[in-house]
Amino acid sequence: MMCTTDDEDGNPERGEGSADERDRFAALLEDSVEDLYERAPCGYLSTMLDGRIVKVNATLLDWLGYRRGDLVGHKHFSELLTVGGRLYHETHFAPLLRMQGEVSGIALELKTANGSRLPVLVTSTVKSGSDGQPLLIRTTVFDARDRRAYETELLRARREADQERERLQQLAATLQQTLLPPTLVNVPGLDVSAYYHIASVDEVGGDFYDLFPLSAGTWGLFLGDVCGKGAAAAAITSLARYTLRAAAVYDPDPAAVLANLNTVLNHEYNGTDPRFCTVVFGLLTPDLDRGGFHITLASGGHPPALLLRADGTADYLPTPGGQLIGVLPDAHIATTGIHLAPGDTLLLHTDGLTEAHINATVGGAERYGDDALLDFGRALAPTTASATIGAIRELLDTFGTGVDDDTAVLAIHVPRLPGDEQE
Amino acid sequence: MDALSRNHVRVTGLAAGAPVVMLAHGFGCDQNLWRLVVPALERDFTVVVFDHVGAGKSDLSAWNRERYSSLEGYVEDVLELCRELALGPVTFVGHSVSAMMGVLAAVREPAAFAGLVLLAPSPRFVDEPATGYRGGFSADDIRELLESLEANYLGWSGTMAPVIMGNPDRPELGEELTNSFCSTDPDIARVFARVTFLSDNRTDLAEVRVPTLVAQCSNDAIAPPEVGAFVHAQIPESRLITLNATGHCPQLAAPEETAAAIAAFAGAVR
Repeated sequence: MMCTTDDEDGNPERGEGSADERDRFAALLEDSVEDLYERAPCGYLSTMLDGRIVKVNATLLDWLGYRRGDLVGHKHFSELLTVGGRLYHETHFAPLLRMQGEVSGIALELKTANGSRLPVLVTSTVKSGSDGQPLLIRTTVFDARDRRAYETELLRARREADQERERLQQLAATLQQTLLPPTLVNVPGLDVSAYYHIASVDEVGGDFYDLFPLSAGTWGLFLGDVCGKGAAAAAITSLARYTLRAAAVYDPDPAAVLANLNTVLNHEYNGTDPRFCTVVFGLLTPDLDRGGFHITLASGGHPPALLLRADGTADYLPTPGGQLIGVLPDAHIATTGIHLAPGDTLLLHTDGLTEAHINATVGGAERYGDDALLDFGRALAPTTASATIGAIRELLDTFGTGVDDDTAVLAIHVPRLPGDEQE
Repeated sequence: MDALSRNHVRVTGLAAGAPVVMLAHGFGCDQNLWRLVVPALERDFTVVVFDHVGAGKSDLSAWNRERYSSLEGYVEDVLELCRELALGPVTFVGHSVSAMMGVLAAVREPAAFAGLVLLAPSPRFVDEPATGYRGGFSADDIRELLESLEANYLGWSGTMAPVIMGNPDRPELGEELTNSFCSTDPDIARVFARVTFLSDNRTDLAEVRVPTLVAQCSNDAIAPPEVGAFVHAQIPESRLITLNATGHCPQLAAPEETAAAIAAFAGAVR
């Protein structure tokens, strides 16, 4: 049963009541309607439709420090407001009152006779005659000093929170930028383009990439994805990025570079936070005999690179068996070698792209997937680095909020030699 | 999204071919402000009402700070609406800040307008002591208004945001909310308040080349009589009338008188 009745409470004084109660009730009757109006614990005010004050109670006069004659017949309600309040009254309060017949709980400030301000909450209703025509406006005024002080405090706190959030976003964006190369180096005979899609402005993501010169005539490139997000992931991202650069100088063999990173990340592991990443590292050398570049790719658990060939075909370059970097003391690293011929484009990506939800706006849970990306590549080939990255950016735009993880893409392309265009 | 749905345009009254009256609401509320004058105008005109982006049932996602930080964005919208409606030259009735949108739009594309009705207009709300111009307000007053806005938007994000974002699992929000005619995102309201009260369009008035009716109210706390006289003096082909209506919203305070003034003017300039 949801509720009890009075009878069940066993109240002995229920019904006619005691003599005491009757006395108290009589005292209530003494509270005349007139006195109830004049000395009510809120201000009462009646105005004509144009706002002219025609009746006001003693409580409000006391609050404002006016005599009745100062207001009745002399002032408009809006004249009691601050100028800013009057603007609000004219643009919001009055139109609403006309349209709805009532307005409730509007925060305004009244000017008292001595020039001080009284924060109030105002509610008004329109009283209509028997023919339905509006006659006058009745207004109640509640002293809202305490409440407004509290609300001002809330507003201040909200503003502060907004500013903090903005600061955090700026910090995250700045940090993100430091994790990416400001510009990619110019590799003679290679067209390069990259894009980093930030899924959340509040958090630093863990994707990274770089392209940099090694010994004369060779270049290193990598693209990876650290497990997790936020400051902890950013620290690993930074460590991974600089370790890869340094390791490549020490021994440019791609498998050795990733093995070194694996060792470093394993040393970093403190037993609580998992510190691992997937990464693909490539060593580029110009192929002087055939033109284009020879690339050795090593992968540690990373999605395979996509090769978009000059002849219009496209395929993934599988690196099976490559294990996550940073988990096992001796992670297996898979390598593959390819020849990037003139007209070919190689695309590296992080799984933010293939894991993106398609039709997210209509509640779709389906993910984009590896097959769709392969089809996308097949439709695109032959292409260039900038065209590939441009197409990926458009693709990401169509996913909208469906891209819930950061996404990094890096494309390299060997331009055809002049005169080869018609092949 | 097309301009007509973006601005929640409604077209009523006589079919295409009749003279067109386009009613633009000012700062504060939405197209509902016109609902008492629309029935009278529908008898003789095609009547177009709309919500400015950010107000009423307009597409809030179309709002961006850059476009709507000056009257220009709103003027663009008005001209786009005219083009999409393709109803021929319209008599544009602009209330309050929308009066200046009408002025700017008519200066840019006079052919789109048969006439302008400037209802309780003000080209500049803030006084300019250097030139002796009296707009009626000081910069401090405008700051105070922004505070009033803030104070009354405390509950906004809690109650209005779910409605606007569409929340089928909370049907109680489907009912029209108290004060909803005048509710909008506080960020949008703040920017629109600045545009409204800090713009200065005094020099644009002299460029107007379409017939113009300046209709001011008696006892308007927002646009005092000298401002109406100023607007009239600056616009070459203009006529000034003072409505008996008091306050800043004659379309609510005296709908018959307001509709009659609009109809007489729009009927004559067709």
